Amino acid sequence: MTITSIPAPAPTDIAALGLRESATFDRATIADIQRAASTGVYDIRGWGAKRKVPHFDDLLFLGASMSRYPLEGYREKCDTDVVLGDRHATRPLHLQTPVTIAGMSFGALSANAKEALGRGASEVGTSTTTGDGGMTPEERGQSKHLVYQYLPSRYGMNPDDLRKADAIEIVLGQGAKPGGGGMLLGQKITERVAGMRTLPVGIDQRSASRHPDWTGPDDLEIKIGELREITDWKTPIYVKIGASRPYYDTALAVKSGADVVVVDGMQGGTAATQQVFIENVGIPTLAAIPQAVQALQELGVHRKVQLIVSGGIRTGADVAKAMALGADAVAIGTAALIALGDNDPRYAAEYSALGSAAGFYDDFQDGRDPAGITTQDPELSSRLDPVVAGKRLANYLRVLTMEAQTIARACGKSHLHNLEPEDLVALTIEASAMARVPLAGTSWIPGQGSF
Amino acid sequence: MVTLTAPESTANTAPEARVPESTTVDLAVTSVRELNQAIHNAADGQAWTVTNPGGKHSLAVGIDADIAVTIEGHAGYYAAGMHQKGGVTITGNAGVGLAENIMSGRIHVTGDASQSAAATGHGGLVVIDGNAGARCGISMKGVDIVVGGNIGHMSAFMAQAGRLVVCGDAGDALGDSIYEARIYVKGTVASLGADCVEKPLREEHLAELAELLAAAGRTDNPADFKRYGSARNLYHFHVDNSTAY
Repeated sequence: MTITSIPAPAPTDIAALGLRESATFDRATIADIQRAASTGVYDIRGWGAKRKVPHFDDLLFLGASMSRYPLEGYREKCDTDVVLGDRHATRPLHLQTPVTIAGMSFGALSANAKEALGRGASEVGTSTTTGDGGMTPEERGQSKHLVYQYLPSRYGMNPDDLRKADAIEIVLGQGAKPGGGGMLLGQKITERVAGMRTLPVGIDQRSASRHPDWTGPDDLEIKIGELREITDWKTPIYVKIGASRPYYDTALAVKSGADVVVVDGMQGGTAATQQVFIENVGIPTLAAIPQAVQALQELGVHRKVQLIVSGGIRTGADVAKAMALGADAVAIGTAALIALGDNDPRYAAEYSALGSAAGFYDDFQDGRDPAGITTQDPELSSRLDPVVAGKRLANYLRVLTMEAQTIARACGKSHLHNLEPEDLVALTIEASAMARVPLAGTSWIPGQGSF
Repeated sequence: MVTLTAPESTANTAPEARVPESTTVDLAVTSVRELNQAIHNAADGQAWTVTNPGGKHSLAVGIDADIAVTIEGHAGYYAAGMHQKGGVTITGNAGVGLAENIMSGRIHVTGDASQSAAATGHGGLVVIDGNAGARCGISMKGVDIVVGGNIGHMSAFMAQAGRLVVCGDAGDALGDSIYEARIYVKGTVASLGADCVEKPLREEHLAELAELLAAAGRTDNPADFKRYGSARNLYHFHVDNSTAY
């Protein structure tokens, strides 16, 4: 989205003039209508849902008290490691922190950005993930644990890279656009990107929303069988779903033979999708987790088939809350890009020249990112030093991990996986109903038991 | 353990006259896992014969050695999936996703193939003597496909590169949203998909078609075919094309 008039008058000035803004037709809505009328095309942008939805902010930890003993904050051990994919694979991943890097493609991101993600993740012993367009040598070389996405487009998909992968993630959808395919506009289809995707240079590329050779859980089971046969049953296989019907989708992923289920809520980011899609399709991360966990528990595979949750993870508190609700690990995308340098105020003048502002920039589809992350322009890309940016990401991942440990110790937990729903309360009725933890100060969970 | 039928002794065979030893794997007594592990461990030049396939899935997938595999009977889903080297012959029918994502080498099915044959294939040659179902060559990325009979609807959907040759008829929405792949059809086309148009059959096309037909062991006359490909009108998003999206 482009900010059409900045700076806007301060709200106090408007109020002083006696002007009343419509809650229905607010300024952003009016600008959207004006933009649609002048261009005749829907708005395409990056980032995830920007609307306010019930989120981890609406939950609190109770901490220890008379009946719960805390652990010493700086002395007693609170482990953070996680094993992913030991249900069927003979070579599961063993990560040192449960905070992983979500799938983002080379094409959407610059080669330097992908390398930085690999460096940062490897430094703290976690995994990074490819995206639409295949695996780059930069990424494989710098990633100790690399998850290879298996997408409907199959751009760049090949058995050599499949065998090089530490895990395979079959992507059914993503939280920003459950039911939507990928999109990479011509500005970013450089010769290298086009070559990797077997496409003409400079065209607007739209990738398929459905896999070309399977439909539904029965086929998926056979497809997973094929991938296991090709990799000789060594490689863990994840199934990633965009949060829409996570209870059923998780159950069906388990039935299909997944080692790991990845559930991405609507706040999860995208490189380019119609705004109407991002803001109106899918459910919040908070609402998705308990449904997925319920499916795993009912099938007796909670903690055996691991659950990775993504979509709006920003702090160690978010990590801890997702895990207390039953996730085994989380994935970050948008937050990782911010850690690399996305939306950095030092590029304020350049964001302004693009009709945006630091903190608002989401035109990832345009390929003109001043921070050199969501671009294929060689000059812009060269602004991002993969070593420096990788270090920043490693710092951030360490902070997330330490923050989550801080909370876990306060709750008396010697491993992040020991966090549980009982540690949580909700601040709002909505969050209480979605997260299935009681409203703070009550024993009430809307929708459970009697009113 | 793979249950192997010992090949005939080659002790008395002169080296120059030696034919590849053929190892037989009987799927009535051996698992698909054992078969695939054995052919993943195989060395170049070997020949393998698979008996009693019984429509099992994922047969001979991920072959990365220059070996010849013959499957005597019907195969299930994803037969010869992600094939890289050598050849696989199926003397029967093949299920969904035959030779999906094939990189190179050659796959030959003497019967029919179900839907999504050679889906997303990057290279190599897939020959189907009979008919192929819907979505034949979907998202193909450089593979060559020769079908002796008819193909189903939505074939060559979003086809990016490679050649699809159909000696019979094509179903509805052929080549929908096609990129740079080329399609040759001898019979009728029920309908063309968005942005797919008939194109002139020039000398270079007749030449490549003749080559493909010969490679598939066919005697059809290239001049009897019509060529289809992308009008390239949907390569850039434009509001005037909104009804086509």
